[in-house]
Amino acid sequence: MSDANHSMSLANPHPANFNTMQKAGLAITGIGVLAILLAWSGIGTSQSLILFITTVVCLFLGGIIYTRGSYADNPEGVKNNRAFFTSMTSRGALAWITGIVITGFYVMLYWRDDWKRILGVDFLAGLVAMFDPLSKALRHAPADQWFVYGSFYTIAVLVMGFKFIYKYRHNRYQIIRTCSVMTVQLGFAWLLPAIMRSLYNFEPYLSYFWPLDYDAIFPSTLSYFKTQGALGTFVVFWGLVLTFVVTPVLTYFFGKRWYCSWVCGCGGLAETAGDPFRHLSDKSLKAWKIERWLIHSVLASIILITALLLIDNTYKNALLGPKVASDMAHAYGFVIGMVFSGVVGVGFYPIMGSRVWCRFGCPMAAYLGLIQRFKSRFRITTNGAQCISCGNCSTYCEMGIDVRWYAQRGQNIVRASCVGCGVCSAVCPRGVLKLENGPDNNNRLNSFFSSEELKILS
Amino acid sequence: MHCVIIGNGITGITAARTLRKHSNHDITVISGETDYFFSRTALMYVYMGHMKFEQIQPYENWFWGKNNIHLRKSWVTSIDTDQKMIILDNGDRMAYDKLLIATGAKSNRFDWPGQHLKGVQGLYSYQDLMELEENTKEGINRAVIVGGGLIGIEMAEMLHSRHYPVTFLVREKEYWNNVLPAGESALVSRHIREHGFDLRLNVHLKEIIGDANGRVKSIITSHHEEIPCQVVGLTAGVSPNIDWMKDGTIHTDRGILVNSHMETNMDDVYAAGDCAQFQHALPDRKVVEQVWYTGKLQGEVAAMNMLGHKTPYRPGYWFNSAKFLDIEYQTYGTVLPQLRDGEVDFYWEHANGKKCIHFVYKKNTQEFVGVNIFGIRMRHQVFNRWLIEKRTITYILENLRAANFDPEFFGTDEEEIIRAWNQQHATNPVELKTKRSLMKMIFG
Repeated sequence: MSDANHSMSLANPHPANFNTMQKAGLAITGIGVLAILLAWSGIGTSQSLILFITTVVCLFLGGIIYTRGSYADNPEGVKNNRAFFTSMTSRGALAWITGIVITGFYVMLYWRDDWKRILGVDFLAGLVAMFDPLSKALRHAPADQWFVYGSFYTIAVLVMGFKFIYKYRHNRYQIIRTCSVMTVQLGFAWLLPAIMRSLYNFEPYLSYFWPLDYDAIFPSTLSYFKTQGALGTFVVFWGLVLTFVVTPVLTYFFGKRWYCSWVCGCGGLAETAGDPFRHLSDKSLKAWKIERWLIHSVLASIILITALLLIDNTYKNALLGPKVASDMAHAYGFVIGMVFSGVVGVGFYPIMGSRVWCRFGCPMAAYLGLIQRFKSRFRITTNGAQCISCGNCSTYCEMGIDVRWYAQRGQNIVRASCVGCGVCSAVCPRGVLKLENGPDNNNRLNSFFSSEELKILS
Repeated sequence: MHCVIIGNGITGITAARTLRKHSNHDITVISGETDYFFSRTALMYVYMGHMKFEQIQPYENWFWGKNNIHLRKSWVTSIDTDQKMIILDNGDRMAYDKLLIATGAKSNRFDWPGQHLKGVQGLYSYQDLMELEENTKEGINRAVIVGGGLIGIEMAEMLHSRHYPVTFLVREKEYWNNVLPAGESALVSRHIREHGFDLRLNVHLKEIIGDANGRVKSIITSHHEEIPCQVVGLTAGVSPNIDWMKDGTIHTDRGILVNSHMETNMDDVYAAGDCAQFQHALPDRKVVEQVWYTGKLQGEVAAMNMLGHKTPYRPGYWFNSAKFLDIEYQTYGTVLPQLRDGEVDFYWEHANGKKCIHFVYKKNTQEFVGVNIFGIRMRHQVFNRWLIEKRTITYILENLRAANFDPEFFGTDEEEIIRAWNQQHATNPVELKTKRSLMKMIFG
């Protein structure tokens, strides 16, 4: 026992929450945060480059050291000890502070220009200045708040992705899947747009498409892409193919996981930075009922808005008039695109779990979910009668699926919301759950509208 | 008709749900332990902080009202079978038409000196969990676990998760050696040490010593060693929780005696789960079965019989599973610590020492008898089918891939297992039936 206290004194036998290496990791991360604060406040603007380098080095180094401290001394295996005791991961004071800081950051980020106009304050000037040297080098353009946001986002996915992989180093599904979301975030969502910007003054995000990228086929977007020549046409074509061809085909074969927990950036952040909060999702039947109404309403409204705008556009605004059309698009952008997916979606991680947006709001998830529910070879199978109803699967389901409900009855799990992260299978102590693609023996259509799933007994 | 069930564990609750599924009878479940059913096997995760207590309750609280299952929190003190009444601790009497006793078990205490000191406890009930919280509230310097079984290793893991040093006293020459064969026992023992537990084999508890406040301060082992500690976990098995009803009219031995229909000697009184003892053992099975799955099955069978559908307890082939720290264990069929007459075995262990598979089969007919699997997940249905179909060991090895249940992208060990077999059985070589196919791997 490395931490054995052989003294017989009962005076100070409290086990420490964090070991020395974890504390060192947190301290180094703290220096990184301090550098961010110095830059943000404007105090360090004259030393932007040094602060930037300090931030990046400290966040990566701190993350790696903290991870080693957390897991390296233990044999590999599922390590969720103390998840419900630690302030940060059990809605304690730290969680609330973190939630409020992230929420506040999003409010400053999305409405930066509005705050400038209304209050005359540029909340993000310091941060933007800190990222200016990198932006100029990489994108040949001055930084803006979106580059700052994208960079922090990518750092979070990479650092916390490393932690996740280390935590699940015994599980190849988790390793490969996490490498995939890290690669997509770094390559497709951060590097590629930056390089394209430097070369063509044009930033395509190829890993997002309609309906998640809600204005991807709005008439205004289409006409903007037209001005970008062949490249713009390609991006529009790419998006349409992904939405209407690739998505149904891949979802049929693999379930929605191919996107939600392998490619998507929102999913990528949830699976990495959000992992410590996954057990906070609400598993109640009530939450499931709200989820079904909410997410399908969002999908319906974006389909409706997009269709109206496109029809209206073909009739040269005769249907709605230019004011109504742009108001509708703006309203959706404000409520769903900003408040829901950003402020609530990420800001509430420490309180409501990591997949609030994906579960209750994302129209892409709703679309993928409908395919998965009705026409897919993907499901989670259960292993005979080995379930002991312990509840680890349900607790660690970030999507709030009561996996145990099915597992204890030996029933396969076919749920629209399952993103196929595979953590239920990983945390199961009896080897009961397995994500599988295969011929579909269940009639998925039959059970959907009956309330059988909500009632008792097998 | 009023069906009363004493005990809201997996057995009692499975019975209640089965009764509800097939009838509109009044159903009352009585428990003094908790308000609602919880997964007993998951108590450890609450102490370790993986889950909150609510999360080890498999059903939301509205479930019981919605399904018209009455819950009552009370301890039952006795049963009046003449009047068909049960008597509760507050003196209330409750009439039953059919009664199921599913009161579970309690931790064994073998009259060790000092076993009633504060800080000495077992781990079975919700109250035990609360007691462990209380016993470790101030922090401790060391805990001693006595008894190398499943609850012992769970308790050791729980305390370890809070960074309390653990000494683990095991009477046998390896961990759980009275249930597991030597190879598996050694594998788990190694893993226990890998976690830094102070595992003492071939040692048993002699005495528990208390301090002036009546709290444990140390234990003395059979080797006359004194080990200072503030918590002692007594985990040398459990026995039926029947002391409260032993004076009554219902026949008991170690447990409440039942026939294969879960009927006791008294009319309309049934018993099932950890507290029940069969008058006659089924082949390859014990008269007192105390695992989750048998509790579930017995609860279902008892309910069917209470409903008047004569249903004998026919549990099929034995299966079980557990997790030893980070290593999962599954077993199908019968694997005893020592081979029986006419049995031979084949043991394969991975080079990392954390995975193994142990087949037992009949020497003459090659018929497969049972398997222990560590660190690899295998399909229950497939092994159960092979047992029913009385497949040979070679058939099973050839088709082993069909049984694999590991998550996607996990490395597979079948080739190596077959290679090991072929080295040991040059005259009886086998070849894997299905080749690994990339298409199958990707598209399923």
